[in-house]
Amino acid sequence: MNPLPPAIIEIRHLTKSYRRGDQIVPVLTNISFDIRSGEFIALMGPSGSGKSTLLNLIAGIDKPDSGSLRVNGIDIATLSEGELADWRAANVGFIFQFYNLMPVLTAFENVELPLLLTRLPRNQRRERVEMALAMVGLTDRMEHYPSELSGGQQQRVAIARAFITDPVLLVADEPTGDLDRVSADDILAMLARLNSEMGKTIIMVTHDPHAARSAHLIRHLDKGELDVPLEH
Amino acid sequence: MHFLKLILRNTLRHKLRTGLTVLGLVVAILAFGLLRTVVDAWYAGAEGASSTRLVTRNSISLVFPLPINYQERIRRISGVTGISHASWFGGVYITEKNFFPQFAVDAKTYFELYPEYLISPGDMKAFRTDRKGCVIGRKLATTYDFKVGDTIPLRGTIYPGAWSFTVRAIYDGAEAGTDTSQFFFHWDYLNETMKKAAARRTDWVGVYVIQIADPDRAAEISTEVDAMFKNSLAETLTETEKAFQLGFVSMTEAIVVAIRIVSFVVIFIILAVMANTMAMTARERITEYATLKALGFGPRFLTGLIYGESLAISLAGALIGIALTFPVADQFSKEMGTLFPVFGVSLDTVYMQVAAAIAVGVVAAVLPAIRVARVPIVEGLRSIG
Repeated sequence: MNPLPPAIIEIRHLTKSYRRGDQIVPVLTNISFDIRSGEFIALMGPSGSGKSTLLNLIAGIDKPDSGSLRVNGIDIATLSEGELADWRAANVGFIFQFYNLMPVLTAFENVELPLLLTRLPRNQRRERVEMALAMVGLTDRMEHYPSELSGGQQQRVAIARAFITDPVLLVADEPTGDLDRVSADDILAMLARLNSEMGKTIIMVTHDPHAARSAHLIRHLDKGELDVPLEH
Repeated sequence: MHFLKLILRNTLRHKLRTGLTVLGLVVAILAFGLLRTVVDAWYAGAEGASSTRLVTRNSISLVFPLPINYQERIRRISGVTGISHASWFGGVYITEKNFFPQFAVDAKTYFELYPEYLISPGDMKAFRTDRKGCVIGRKLATTYDFKVGDTIPLRGTIYPGAWSFTVRAIYDGAEAGTDTSQFFFHWDYLNETMKKAAARRTDWVGVYVIQIADPDRAAEISTEVDAMFKNSLAETLTETEKAFQLGFVSMTEAIVVAIRIVSFVVIFIILAVMANTMAMTARERITEYATLKALGFGPRFLTGLIYGESLAISLAGALIGIALTFPVADQFSKEMGTLFPVFGVSLDTVYMQVAAAIAVGVVAAVLPAIRVARVPIVEGLRSIG
């Protein structure tokens, strides 16, 4: 029997609330759990349950009110804005519901964007971008602008952009929420491949039970609290 | 390279909006340049003044003349190396609209004091030997198509009667700022004519122009000249040629100040337009900026994009505006005739146009840049809808 892989993310007593006017609205209450390296987790829950907030905290684009959030041994809750930006560039790949591609850049240039923050020379960047676009099946669409691509193709460009820097963690917020069933299945299959073949740890927020079934583990959030994990 | 590519493509993203903003900037920079050139033209006389020339006039007012016999007494003052005189004629060429300055001068000495008026020796000789001859500037000749040998009729106002002069020389300016819109003729001709018409108005001159060897002694010599004629029939006021010219400008200073204010108001208006464009642009792209932040790009990169785009638009406007300033100023100068003797776009004006465009570009981007740098990533991503 294989030993369990180490926890890549350790979340302890994480709390987050938002201010709405004079009121303080609690979003996450005392969340604690681990995510192991190579896991593919789906976070589900009703609107306002705090699943996107939890994803944002794990991805380092928001800060908790209290608690600790260690990723690969680094408590990212204690990092400054600049340190967090560097950490995100090196460790996190983002996949958004509406793709969030730069409309003035081609598919190639969009995928290349995160590499501009590295010291890779131009020819190596080109090699990697071409390889990533080949992996998502868009070799023939490299010079197309996002407006010239379908939703599914745009999301594939976004996936290539997410893994181009070889991050330890991929976070996906409703990655199939704006797609038809065929394109959605295509994207889910791609995420599953990234997890199984490249060993990427993936955390996906979704409303769609069908999409959630692509994950190894489904965690439900309700009113800021996490329920018991369901494995399949 | 990618940074510049992103700026350029963002700039051209909304072609109509960018085009209209650039058009506004072109008009503003052009108007600013023209207004600054008008102000420069106002001061052109003072700018072209020599530091070795003094002007002596009647201390009561410029409209009162001075006796011709002052000339020899002034000449004897230590430090004075030359003296001549000029009298405002104020004649009308066909209609009042055709204004140009006319002076009755001492033909023997006047041009020796103004080496910036370039006249060939042959033409000068022809002028000096023809009592009814005149010397005109190149701009004046071009404006009215006067040529050597032409007769110019003038209707006297200060000195009544019908006067007629023959063009004997056309002078060019030694420098771009030299006034070549003037008309000079023999004071002797004026004086002799007045002897017949109004004897009590003879042997008077408008101002004396004094050449001095040492500009540092200008104040001392001026004081000495004025002291010499203290308590006389016509007391004098002597000042440097520059101060004398500035005295004219000060009479119309309110207009100059108004033009200056308007020139800056024009820039302020375009600044508001530009700031609005950049604010709209940043607001529309807030999700893109938040995405770039999430990917790890820092505030410096994002604010650089905004400043870059703003400067690209403002400098495009400036470039076209400056390029148009020259032909428009030329046309304006032609339309104005000899009203502005020296009217040219100076290098300083171009520098000010560039500086104004840069200021507009930078200031317009300040608030959008601050907003983009400060907006939390989560908030920026949420604005996608």
